Amino acid sequence: MQPENEEELAAIIRGSNGPLRVTGGGTRLYPGEMGGSRLDISAIAGITLYEPEALTLVARAGTPLADIQAALASENQMLAFEPDPRAGSTIGGVAAANASGPRRLSAGACRDAMLGVRFVTGAGEVVKNGGRVMKNVTGYDLVKLMAGSRGKLGALTEIALKTAPVPPARATLSLSGLDDAQTIAAMTTALSGPSDVIGAGRLPDGRVILRLEGLPGSVELRAKALKQMLNSYGDAELTEGDTDFAILRDFAQNVTVPLWRIVLRPSQAAPLLSQLPGRHAVDWGGALIWAEAPPDWMPVLPPGSRATRVVGEAASLPEPDAVTTRLNAGLRTKFDPRGVFGGEA
Amino acid sequence: MEMPAPDTAVIARRDAVAARLRQALGDPAAVITDPVETRAYECDALSAYRCPPLMVVLPSTTEEVSAVLRICSEEGVPVVPRGAGTSLAGGSMPTADAVIVGLARMNKVLEISTDDRLVRVQTGRTNLSVTDAVAGHGFFYAPDPSSQLACAIGGNIAMNSGGAHCLKYGVTTNNLLGATVVLMDGAVVELGGPMGEGQGLDLLGVVCGSEGQLGIVSEAVLRILPQPAGARPVLIAFDSPVTAGACVAAIIRSGVLPVAIEFMDRPCIAATEDFCGAGYPDCEALLIVEVEGTEPEIDEQLFLIRQIAQRFDPLEFRESRSAQESQRIWLGRKSAFGAMGVISDYMCLDGTIPVSQLPHVLGRIAELSQECGLGVANVFHAGDGNMHPLILYDANKPGDLERCEALGADILRLCVEAGGCLTGEHGVGVEKRELMSAQYDPPDLEMQMAVKDVFDPEWMLNAAKVFPLAVSAPRRGQNAA
Repeated sequence: MQPENEEELAAIIRGSNGPLRVTGGGTRLYPGEMGGSRLDISAIAGITLYEPEALTLVARAGTPLADIQAALASENQMLAFEPDPRAGSTIGGVAAANASGPRRLSAGACRDAMLGVRFVTGAGEVVKNGGRVMKNVTGYDLVKLMAGSRGKLGALTEIALKTAPVPPARATLSLSGLDDAQTIAAMTTALSGPSDVIGAGRLPDGRVILRLEGLPGSVELRAKALKQMLNSYGDAELTEGDTDFAILRDFAQNVTVPLWRIVLRPSQAAPLLSQLPGRHAVDWGGALIWAEAPPDWMPVLPPGSRATRVVGEAASLPEPDAVTTRLNAGLRTKFDPRGVFGGEA
Repeated sequence: MEMPAPDTAVIARRDAVAARLRQALGDPAAVITDPVETRAYECDALSAYRCPPLMVVLPSTTEEVSAVLRICSEEGVPVVPRGAGTSLAGGSMPTADAVIVGLARMNKVLEISTDDRLVRVQTGRTNLSVTDAVAGHGFFYAPDPSSQLACAIGGNIAMNSGGAHCLKYGVTTNNLLGATVVLMDGAVVELGGPMGEGQGLDLLGVVCGSEGQLGIVSEAVLRILPQPAGARPVLIAFDSPVTAGACVAAIIRSGVLPVAIEFMDRPCIAATEDFCGAGYPDCEALLIVEVEGTEPEIDEQLFLIRQIAQRFDPLEFRESRSAQESQRIWLGRKSAFGAMGVISDYMCLDGTIPVSQLPHVLGRIAELSQECGLGVANVFHAGDGNMHPLILYDANKPGDLERCEALGADILRLCVEAGGCLTGEHGVGVEKRELMSAQYDPPDLEMQMAVKDVFDPEWMLNAAKVFPLAVSAPRRGQNAA
């Protein structure tokens, strides 16, 4: 089913008993989310408003991410967060997945750049929330609830997003030969100083990378200061641009074996890194670990951390507590009273 | 302003409820029923509306908050949470049948982890004292509402507060990683997690900004940031507010990222000059633009900002050269609200508009002001379009308040029509409750209220706020008006 507009989408949902799988490009589905009839929103597309001077772009959910990025590039702007650019990916999918790359460390996640949404509930009702301005505390923030809800509360039809100017200069500092503990310590040192480090991670090849951006003179000065600050970890190599961060950003889409996504405190990361069985990458200054692992491997998690297997068979650790489960289920029932949207809780 | 009639049955049971609460808290002083003492809680910073509460309870721990809410839930007593009482929208205004749960005793720092760049605090702690607690480690907590000296983190979370520096650092929701939330039935739940990510839906995201209607946030995990090397403001004066607005848009587009862009118009400048003599230029509008970094970085940014500003023929471009000069540039802006209070009573609005609409909206506000016969002064965070028109009126003159309220509503509706919203940082509370229908259609409001149904099925927590009274009446157990 491929509705042409929001009204058609609402009519289809009203007339369906589900289960429905709401998809745009279908590029960001987790294991367990493939079931049900495909409700393809990719025809509900197009940029409806772009005001570069207000740093705002509004697009229908089926708009290809690539089209949005091209429109922004023509004004020397970018999205204020950093999704990975999967071929065929739509902005609705990005929002529903709360897809947030290396820049999340400093600029926030997709949810932080989402200013407003329109969506169709499981009852076929069209609802809007938020708006297109940076500051808005008018009523409840359902925008955050929709961000990352993975199509389980409603079908997104339009999203207002915060954009940002493309920084005039970018540079990457890289350090080699650090063990797990030194890796985390070096990133923590970099992120505790005034250098305004925009990204910090470790590539599968073992290199620790740090990203700086801004005006050219400022990037040069900060790179020098940061190199100095990190000299006990070795001699950092400085390169212009940030191509290494694309490797980190795109890591999860280029794997074929089971992959875990683990979010934890950076101070908990080193012991966890030492138990990983295979190829992995570290992002968000140590707060995000992507880990390839055999199907029967399960991480031993430190308190408060979370893990989800995003490629392979569905698995999620730990189980949510009873109150969180009750609230999640209660909200799903309110947004989707007939349970037409499929997928795992 | 209308509030639902208090539940007389609840009021009649006051002493029995107070006795249960005293027993649960173990400290008789933690439950206040003396009408002389509860009077101190009869309003928040929206002091036009007052009502002494049934009683005030001051818990010290999450467990105590949980015990209090469980008892109130069992007894059918409504609850109004209160941080420091600085809400400008009546968010913590009591009703005669409600228990105020005040967070004043809950001001402890529970954990500082600079390695994880976070701090965990009880939510009665004031905003500025969170920064004070981590400043020695070279960190700060970014959201800085103007009331930051007094306001509590719990209130900041309830209203998703911003501040002058949110252009770069975001508002509360962008800096909140986790929260311990006590639901109305006493259940305690930890929301969020590392990087703010919880399990399943973003429950933390919807609790933040829910104006104390979904639960009481007793503890918060806040993101802290390393202090910048330095900061410096410039003052740019213009002969027209429209030109100043256009300059704001040009700066934002350029790729320089100031941490603050503040706007003041002539009436506001004149009042502050009389009040504190900051030495501002004689002009129609001025901007204060602040940038951060090391000295050479600041120079690089200000060089660009000067180039941009010159395209708009500024009357003056005043760059600070010392801490003292920086302070003087900020002095007038920081004194603006006090200065306006000296010359007149005023109502402070809080609408947000797309920055591109600044010239249009400023022009229209001037027209509406003229038609109504009440003056309006403008001072606001221009970088993010969050306007604070101050409507001047005489509280002692019959009819003036009503005219003022009508003009305020017109201006807020104008903000919505221009693509903006009713409130950027103060919240809806009781103040803008009835205007919600100007921004949201019935299904939009219904979906928001359905969220409250999940967290607080009986609508016991801070009800009769945020949603138009008639719209929420059936859920509050009252007949729809």
